[in-house]
Amino acid sequence: MYIIVVGGGKVGYYLAKELVESDHETLIIEGDAGRCAEIADDLGDIVMRGDGCEVSTLERAGAGRADIIMAVTGDDEDNLVVCQVAKHKFNVPRTIARINNPKNEAIFTTLGIDTSVSATGAIMAQIEQELPTHPLIPLLTLKGGGLEIVEIKIPPSAAVVGKRIKEILLPHQSLISLIIDSAGQPRVPSSDTVLHEDDEVVAVTMKESEEALRTALSEPPPEPSL
Amino acid sequence: MKVIIMGCGRRGAQLASMLQREGHDVTVLDCSEEAFDTEGYLPEDFSGTKMIGNGMDLDDLRRAGAEHADAFISATRGDNRNVMAAQIAKHIFGIPRVVTLVHDPIRAEIYHSLGLRTVSPTRAVAELLKEALEAPEEEPLPSSAEAAEG
Repeated sequence: MYIIVVGGGKVGYYLAKELVESDHETLIIEGDAGRCAEIADDLGDIVMRGDGCEVSTLERAGAGRADIIMAVTGDDEDNLVVCQVAKHKFNVPRTIARINNPKNEAIFTTLGIDTSVSATGAIMAQIEQELPTHPLIPLLTLKGGGLEIVEIKIPPSAAVVGKRIKEILLPHQSLISLIIDSAGQPRVPSSDTVLHEDDEVVAVTMKESEEALRTALSEPPPEPSL
Repeated sequence: MKVIIMGCGRRGAQLASMLQREGHDVTVLDCSEEAFDTEGYLPEDFSGTKMIGNGMDLDDLRRAGAEHADAFISATRGDNRNVMAAQIAKHIFGIPRVVTLVHDPIRAEIYHSLGLRTVSPTRAVAELLKEALEAPEEEPLPSSAEAAEG
């Protein structure tokens, strides 16, 4: 396959290196002469100096016979234009754009780019996976006494779903003071109030009991011991 | 008519002040604060809205009133920025009238065929320059004639 990579930064360089190693005919288009020389030193004669947004540059690069064009510069508007020009002027069958600002992902899809890859978005997704799924959100720290008001959403899998508040073992100095149900209806609970999934619970707790409170309200029931 | 202009350089500022004088509700958007200070190109009596923001950013466009705008013009120096912003205005916000400045005549043609109203100054200016070059010698202006005497 013939693959054109526009942008010879770190992403473009490593991408091209991988492609060459997989035996694809690869060409990098890069605007900076110094960077072109560096790439040529490492990867050989697979780099062309020019502006990948210019029709004349793409013509010289043989875009008309390219199977894939990948625009991986650090500027989303340039990546968009490279892909659109490649598609509409040279009928390149597959265009792939790197997206730097994750907000642009939906825009690129609407504007007809085949595939867009957002590194920022991918890293964010990874981070979200690593974070506790049901974080406890500190709302307010009360002056003195080390007390704070926190909010947590009860996950469907939590052991407390279906239990009355008086049945729940809360950490020392913690009190459930408000429950907002999934319809958005707030109510002040009594000891007989039953917790449901997706209830938003506002509680007062000691700073050091935060984690214990989170566990009490969100952890699934323990596996039955054999 | 509510008009959003992206880019407050010479061209954007000139257009903004023209449209505002005709009574349109004009918002000018520029990324740099300096575009709006005393060094900028907007006349002092400009009474439209000046907003620091990026014309390719959905939130900034919303703040500029893109959801209710009748027209959008992108007039920065960057062709790619201009066509990206124009496409967002047209396809995401559905602004009825969108015009974009594209210096590269070839890109202007491509985006015209993709449905944008593009204006490419390059060819027009080259023609004007050629015309001026080929025109018969003009009568010297009075001021320059005086200067020649002195």
